[in-house]
Amino acid sequence: MNYPGKGLVEGLAITARNFVGSYFYKDRLTTVQYPEERVQTPENSRTFPFLVFDESPDKPRCTACKICEVECPPKCIYIVMDRDDKGKPLQRPKVFDIDISVCMQCQICVEVCPFESIKMDNDYEKSRYGRFNDLVQRLPDLLKSNAYYNKIKPAEAAEVDAKLKAEAEAKAAKKAAAAAAAAKATAVPPAGSVT
Amino acid sequence: MIAEPLINSADTITTKTLEISIGPQHPSTHGVFRMDVVLDGEVVRALKPVVGYLHRNHEQLAEKISWLGSMPYTDRLDYFNSMSNNWAYALAVEKLAGIKVPERAECIRVIMAELSRLQNHASAIGFLLQDCGAWGTPLLYAFKEREKILDFFETVSGSRMMCNYFRFGGVRVDLNDAMLAMARKIVAEFPKFLDEFEKLMTTNEVVLARCQRVGILPRELAIAGSVSGPVARASGVEYDIRKVDKYGIYDRLEFGVPVGRIGDVYDRYYIRVLEMRESVKILQQVLRDIPAGPVQAVEVKLRGFKIPAGDGYGRVEGPKGELGFYLVSEGGPKPYRYHIRPPSFINLTVLEDMCVGHKVADAIIILGSIDIVLGEVDR
Repeated sequence: MNYPGKGLVEGLAITARNFVGSYFYKDRLTTVQYPEERVQTPENSRTFPFLVFDESPDKPRCTACKICEVECPPKCIYIVMDRDDKGKPLQRPKVFDIDISVCMQCQICVEVCPFESIKMDNDYEKSRYGRFNDLVQRLPDLLKSNAYYNKIKPAEAAEVDAKLKAEAEAKAAKKAAAAAAAAKATAVPPAGSVT
Repeated sequence: MIAEPLINSADTITTKTLEISIGPQHPSTHGVFRMDVVLDGEVVRALKPVVGYLHRNHEQLAEKISWLGSMPYTDRLDYFNSMSNNWAYALAVEKLAGIKVPERAECIRVIMAELSRLQNHASAIGFLLQDCGAWGTPLLYAFKEREKILDFFETVSGSRMMCNYFRFGGVRVDLNDAMLAMARKIVAEFPKFLDEFEKLMTTNEVVLARCQRVGILPRELAIAGSVSGPVARASGVEYDIRKVDKYGIYDRLEFGVPVGRIGDVYDRYYIRVLEMRESVKILQQVLRDIPAGPVQAVEVKLRGFKIPAGDGYGRVEGPKGELGFYLVSEGGPKPYRYHIRPPSFINLTVLEDMCVGHKVADAIIILGSIDIVLGEVDR
């Protein structure tokens, strides 16, 4: 059947169906009341980077190798390595700043990090009052425990933990082997010196 | 029907043309875009697009950072379709470096590109109808559907719009079964949305009156202006990079290229609806046949990635048209020259020819029907 204004009437029927339906069907109502209700973000979801520490905050995984500082496309990371009194590098950061007003959440720092030290957070409530200093995340703000990482990204963190454990075991085994070889090497010469 | 006026005002009142500036902060210009128009009453006599308000120095920046470092910046070109932009850049680099992409990664790339085409076209026609004066309703129906696809992107890549998902020689994250099921659900439900949307709009008398025979782009001008994408196809130019270049696995997929007849705003609207139906067909085929395997070629390093000297041009059929990257390498870790062919920018060049002779309100929907994104126009 065709009558004048058919398209308009059919269109209005669809609008009415959606409007009324939003009161009865959950899938037609797509919004949530934000501060009271929150949408669960997926595990892969990312916002800004943070640094992982294992046991205590003064032992971060980060060795201040500066790879992320170099690779960061917008150059929002600034690192200074910690040194002892004699100027010997201590393999940990003294300053680690991320300017999150510059950071574009691209995750390249995470991908290039060889020590599984920098990871992406999923905390999206980062509003601050100040425009400049408040948006620079210093080392204490960035350091978060491995337990926190396991909580926000369980599958990814479990994979990382397994990898680190295997690496540590391989290192220990190598060290043990080296020690055994060294012990053997030191044990042999006296036997030879007798002759 | 408007009755003839009793007194023709042209005889009694002398008029002169008026030069006004629409934009850059105007909701109908889709971003920070300005049109300097010369008006005779309400009729556009001349129009000059003014661009550059969102210039971010992308091409120069890319020459200063590593090959990989430009990938997240390509997300910010056409921020509706970061997946397609990623693909164009990855394709150019892969051509230049001679990297072969694993089969599963190619399938995932097609899934991502076609899903981003779906959400781009859905929101493009929603915005077009908003420009016609249908405030909110059709746009939000389209956004509701788009939101599902963005949720899928977030689940896979971690970000809704700035995905940064493609890597040279593959993609970053593999799709697990849950993600594939999510994609299949979106694809299964999408035709239902399209049917509803078409019922709402395609035969709507107001849409027909506003869009038909408005802003006609003749076939010859479309070719002469090197217009691409849905705008060119609506004018009857059968040109689709997916068919012409057969990049990725598109040569093995069955899909049609819808072509318009007149090249008016209505054709540009309807061509997008038809393209979404074709995209759904592509997605069904890929999601049915996706093979197992790796998603990343092993020879590509993340850090210190160097490309042999030479130049290469990679192009994809983005949702807005032909998106191309021209790269020149000197064999180092950075590109020597990095140039983008942005479809929105080149499609804008025919805006004046389409608008002259129409009313101001028509100029707005003509601009909407080109579907520009200023991130790509200004770079």
